[in-house]
Amino acid sequence: MKHLLSTEDLSAVDAIRILDTAEEMSAVGDREVKKLPALRGRTVVNLFFEDSTRTRISFEAAAKRLSADVINFAAKGSSVSKGESLKDTAQTLAAMGADAVVIRHWASGAPYRLAATDWIDAAVINAGDGTHEHPTQALLDAFTMRRHWSQLHGTASTGVDLRGMRVAIAGDVLHSRVARSNVWLLRTLGADVTLVAPPTLLPVGVEHWPCKVSYNLDETLAAGVDAMMMLRVQGERMNASFFPSTREYSRRWGFDDARLRALDDLGLKDTIIMHPGPMNRGLEISSAAADSPRSTVLAQVRNGVSVRMAALYLLLSGDSREAATTNAANQPSKESH
Amino acid sequence: MAENTYLIRGAAILGGAAEDLLISAGVIVERGTGAATHSAAAGATVIEAAGLVALPGMVDVHTHLREPGREDAETVETGTRAAALGGFTAVHAMANSNPVADTAGVVEQVHSLGRAAGWVDVRPVGAVTVGLAGEQLAELGAMADSRAQVRMFSDDGICVHDPVLMRRALEYVKAFDGVVAQHAQEPRLTAGAQMNEGAVSAVLGLAGWPAVAEESIIARDVLLAQHVDSRLHVCHVSTAGSVEIIRWAKARGINVTAEVTPHHLLLTDDLVRSYDPVYKVNPPLRTDADVQALRAGLADGTIDVVGTDHAPHPSEHKECEWAQAAMGMTGLETALSVVQATMIETGLMGWDDFARVTSIAPAVIGRVADQGRPLEAGEPANLILVDPAARWTVDPHKMATMGRNSPFKGKELPGAVVATFFRGHPTVLDGKLNAPYRYPAYQETTGAAGAVSGN
Repeated sequence: MKHLLSTEDLSAVDAIRILDTAEEMSAVGDREVKKLPALRGRTVVNLFFEDSTRTRISFEAAAKRLSADVINFAAKGSSVSKGESLKDTAQTLAAMGADAVVIRHWASGAPYRLAATDWIDAAVINAGDGTHEHPTQALLDAFTMRRHWSQLHGTASTGVDLRGMRVAIAGDVLHSRVARSNVWLLRTLGADVTLVAPPTLLPVGVEHWPCKVSYNLDETLAAGVDAMMMLRVQGERMNASFFPSTREYSRRWGFDDARLRALDDLGLKDTIIMHPGPMNRGLEISSAAADSPRSTVLAQVRNGVSVRMAALYLLLSGDSREAATTNAANQPSKESH
Repeated sequence: MAENTYLIRGAAILGGAAEDLLISAGVIVERGTGAATHSAAAGATVIEAAGLVALPGMVDVHTHLREPGREDAETVETGTRAAALGGFTAVHAMANSNPVADTAGVVEQVHSLGRAAGWVDVRPVGAVTVGLAGEQLAELGAMADSRAQVRMFSDDGICVHDPVLMRRALEYVKAFDGVVAQHAQEPRLTAGAQMNEGAVSAVLGLAGWPAVAEESIIARDVLLAQHVDSRLHVCHVSTAGSVEIIRWAKARGINVTAEVTPHHLLLTDDLVRSYDPVYKVNPPLRTDADVQALRAGLADGTIDVVGTDHAPHPSEHKECEWAQAAMGMTGLETALSVVQATMIETGLMGWDDFARVTSIAPAVIGRVADQGRPLEAGEPANLILVDPAARWTVDPHKMATMGRNSPFKGKELPGAVVATFFRGHPTVLDGKLNAPYRYPAYQETTGAAGAVSGN
């Protein structure tokens, strides 16, 4: 692994390796001194073309716990005001000796451009690109699900995948990089995925994805769900006729109090409720659901630091030979060295 | 040695039997066995053409020369050099320059720049609406009556989406035998669109450009053309559904012609997975099913012509994020090879069909009188010699166009232009630029051409 750009081209071996490494990293977070010397002297740049305080501080905490030097670069660059070009920014960071670039960008594919061009030689981690992917979010979601799943079955949480787990993802799939990254990763880890959304918020072409698609949240819940993930929905979408009103959206596709009660009625006592944040309470998720014991929202945030530590460690520590060999044996076409 | 006299020995004319052609003073003097012994052949420059195919000079109905306004992307001089090297003897220069070619003054400027360059016939296309703004008709009559003799009108790059305005334009151009060349793209269905909408866009998270946005405009326009009994040309058809609609319209006797680009005959939206903006183009690359339908449509005559949509851009407009990048690809120097690869080497067409779709039909659509003519005695000597057995690897840095945005970079393609004769004069010899044609009574200042001669 040279870069972490997407979960679509992440092999099962690499995915489980990241999750297992994250388990080790999480132990560091429980110590009084939350720091490892692994990346001492290495420079990690958080290059954010789009505001996201949550993701940035999570990566910052991860890099600092590994003793890396962290530079935060908030680059102004929207489709309206271009500012400095991505090429010039990347070459500037290369000249400063960045070892890894964590990039958040409003344009789908921007991390691919950094990785594919000769603008910069650093390891590239995609921290969310447009409506394409957000691989570390999917990895922290999978980490959270795996801990829950193995706890239920009384097994160790390392070395295993998510075979047999039923995951439903509800909300604005069309505009969601979180949904895309989760669909690919959960397929790779063997979970059964159902996307639930109004037809207007599903992309044309979703029929080719390795998952089921439903327009009905209640039917999906009744069929049995082990993890219910709600996606953020922007209220402004109603202005572009994606749905008639926020109230109608909430009634049909929101995880409200009635659906929270329905989980009990359906006998789904172990079903967890997930949300990548930030939440629109009262729109896609009710406060009662967000604050219930089923909610993993804060665990997801905590696990995010561990997963990002694992990604940075594996990309920068040079400890990738074993993964490369295994990877090459299993999926020669996906080899990325 | 007889000046301007060339004896082409043993070329396969339109891919047929080997024959001689004698060219002198801008016309084909003799074809066949009498050429070598013709009195005018004495002292002629002999060009051995065994193994080469002779074709009428290619006529592009769709070229962006960028001048005036974007001389950092292309000039008339560099764009027409590229055209000559690509086997063209005429190009239609699209109107989206800056200022827009929406007045007699601008089209005459482009026309005279083309004459000063002397590599090919430059036929300016006039804008349909003032400033391409889609609100008010430009002075189409003034452009038609100008020295540029404009016959093709287009807001290319932008769709004339107002149905009333489109109807009026179609009606109005009948007064001077004009044609409206429509860029079929419903704007509301393509707001922010980045690539073909389908399986690939769903994965890549790029805003989709649905086929229906093109097809719905074409369906509307053929019905409008029928209603007002006018002539419609559809630019760069890119979907299987569009081919079906045009086939239906032609069966009903509607006066519609259509064009396909070389890149839509070869490339698919799978290439966008790289997020390399060299593959970003309008209309977008579609699916393999669309590519096959376009090839079949070109072979059976539903699609009349190949148009390059040559669209050079400075490198900074492509070395960026996909969403930031400009749309367009270069095409003049690869068109012949791509059409040979996709249409001839697949057995869908012969060289006579190639001449029809790259020269004869385009000249008729653009009303270019002395182009796309048969290679017979007495006809103007606009012709090319092609080596169909050649193989070459595309290197954008070796091209004459200033644009480096070729989507065929690194591809091996068949066929090479060995010579281009424009008005009887070899603008290209041995596959290299020779010298431009000089108009005999050309009195205009060459200042403009001198200023842009750098490559």
